Amino acid sequence: MRKSQVYLGVDVGSVSINVVAIDGNGNVLEKIYMRTEGKPIQILKEAVGRMASLLPANVEIKGVGTTGSGRQLAAAVLGADVVKNEITAHGVAVLAFEPDARTIIEVGGQDSKIILLRDGVVSDFAMNTVCAAGTGSFLDRQAARLNIPIERFGELALKSRSPVRIAGRCAVFAESDMIHKQQMGCCCEDIVRGLCEALVRNYLNNVGKGKEILPKVVFQGGVAANVGIRKAFEDALGCPVVVPTHFDVMGAIGAAMLSKQHAGGNKSKFRGFDRILQNEFHSESFECNGCPNYCEIIRLTSDGATVALWGGRCGKWAGSQERIEEKRMA
Amino acid sequence: MKVTFPHMGQVYLAAKGLLDDLGVEVIIPPPITKKTLEIGTRLSPEMACLPLKINIGNYIESIQRGTDTILLSGSCGPCRFGYYGVVQKEILNDLGYDIDIIIFDPPDTGYREFIQRIKRVAGRNSWLNVARAFKKASIIVEEADELLEIGLKKRAREANSGETDSRLYAFEREVIKCYGSYEILETIRKYKGILESIEEKTGVFPLKVGLVGEIYTLIEPFVNLNIEKKLGRLGVEVYRSLTLNEWVKIHLSLDMGYRLHHRRILKKAEPYLGLCVGGHAWQTVANSIHFSQNKLDGIIQVMPFGCMPEIVAESILPRVYEDYGVPIMTLVVDEMTGEAGYFTRLEAFIDLLEQRRNRTGEKKPSLSGG
Repeated sequence: MRKSQVYLGVDVGSVSINVVAIDGNGNVLEKIYMRTEGKPIQILKEAVGRMASLLPANVEIKGVGTTGSGRQLAAAVLGADVVKNEITAHGVAVLAFEPDARTIIEVGGQDSKIILLRDGVVSDFAMNTVCAAGTGSFLDRQAARLNIPIERFGELALKSRSPVRIAGRCAVFAESDMIHKQQMGCCCEDIVRGLCEALVRNYLNNVGKGKEILPKVVFQGGVAANVGIRKAFEDALGCPVVVPTHFDVMGAIGAAMLSKQHAGGNKSKFRGFDRILQNEFHSESFECNGCPNYCEIIRLTSDGATVALWGGRCGKWAGSQERIEEKRMA
Repeated sequence: MKVTFPHMGQVYLAAKGLLDDLGVEVIIPPPITKKTLEIGTRLSPEMACLPLKINIGNYIESIQRGTDTILLSGSCGPCRFGYYGVVQKEILNDLGYDIDIIIFDPPDTGYREFIQRIKRVAGRNSWLNVARAFKKASIIVEEADELLEIGLKKRAREANSGETDSRLYAFEREVIKCYGSYEILETIRKYKGILESIEEKTGVFPLKVGLVGEIYTLIEPFVNLNIEKKLGRLGVEVYRSLTLNEWVKIHLSLDMGYRLHHRRILKKAEPYLGLCVGGHAWQTVANSIHFSQNKLDGIIQVMPFGCMPEIVAESILPRVYEDYGVPIMTLVVDEMTGEAGYFTRLEAFIDLLEQRRNRTGEKKPSLSGG
């Protein structure tokens, strides 16, 4: 029997690690969403391990793509064919599921972005630059402070009848303003709704500043699970906002699709599930003394052997990574 | 007299050649590093723009090596840069350094003061000697820029990745040991040959991206986080708008032909901006149009945080994009800039340009000139 062909996509973000497997037609076979918990390598291995157990035994991994802020780390651990930035990955994934989308709102753990699509390609984008108010981490924190499970945060917001206005310019001020409204005796759901609206305002003023937001608008990233935020976006934009089925792992799906485009007839650099799970990966950093920049260089070792190096402004270590790669392939 | 000057890209080559030829002892500040920036940030007002902080860092690192005089080029004050010399002198005085700062404003407003200041540096050199040294220095500027431009072409096409950069590092290590304009020029010419001979991949059509923005940020690679190298490694051919050579030609030389050419480009900005609003905002808008008309694939504007003239230009650029259809991205740098986010934006922008090109299926031949 012919082995079924599978492409893996991995998105290592600040808050979550997502792994997806897609087949040759771009259908999502399995997806895994795990919290990073500050231990990216360990959680990544765990996530890949789970993926291995979910997939049938006779699959052939034809390609691996990584994205997210930890994309280099993930690429080194797994042996990836494509390492791409989040913006491109999200754009590719959305165009596959919602070909007529013209705006992507992506709110993740520590960053938020807007991507404009026109005629089937990314035409413009922006990421938050100065402030993390309006991202998942901040919501997480406020939910914890109000003692509401983050999963129920959105539903609660929908119950509100008269949302309070909360200063959303800055995470610190938003928090103190929330506390102030609390002490004034505003009820919890009104505050939560107010917070959702403040975050949306913040997003549209900072990230979406000067961008032409046209329907169809797709909303994704971990925060898209929050119906309160979704509603607030719909109210602010005056048009429906679509949340795709796999909203939480779109980056990983995009990475998998990019690896599929890249694959062609080439053999994947994937290390194989067994080797990834058996090997101990260890990362350490040291200061390069080559010049007074003292760049921090990250070295990833596996069972005592260096598998990857990165960091540094001048590019001398990036070169050594390619040499390691060549040796490995030989 | 032991003279130093702030770094700005290749300026040190010309300044060293000039001062060597005049027999003035020169101390080149060590290359800008994080340490330079740390010193500068600590000693400068927080609100000052990034170039000032780095200048201060350069001075302190040179003073530690025995400098007593600083040479600085001014710009007659269309933006904050015009006050740099005076402010920097105050900062250094407050810190207790007894340092002389000689400011060379471009002689747009009159040659008399300019000549007097040259005399202070040149001492007993004859005017003929001074004129010759300046001529040589301007040739160094021109050829050093040509060297870098060969690098820009080669980096996007090199067969062995990293070769162009390692040749350029070798150049920097070698040229720093030279004395006088003759040796410096010889080294530049030698490396031009070396760069030219770098093996190219065949059948590649690099994307073409133009850089516009604030002049110091564009010219000093430390400040723009090596944007030219980063783009080059992504396989992009970079076109520069503001270069040292251009600045010298417009402000110091008597090359009327070039001044007219510059005027003509500035005129292109007229529907959007018809006068100088400080810094290089006018040039940024004009060059964006110039690049768009020359069918580049994309344009990147780079500026230091809080640069007022460039903020004005930034708000105009979306209209240039609407009218000409060449995507423009703005990047802001300061001492807080994270390299990861910066690179993510660059990479995503290049992907965007690539996708656009694949859709239209156009592969453009190389431009001649810039």
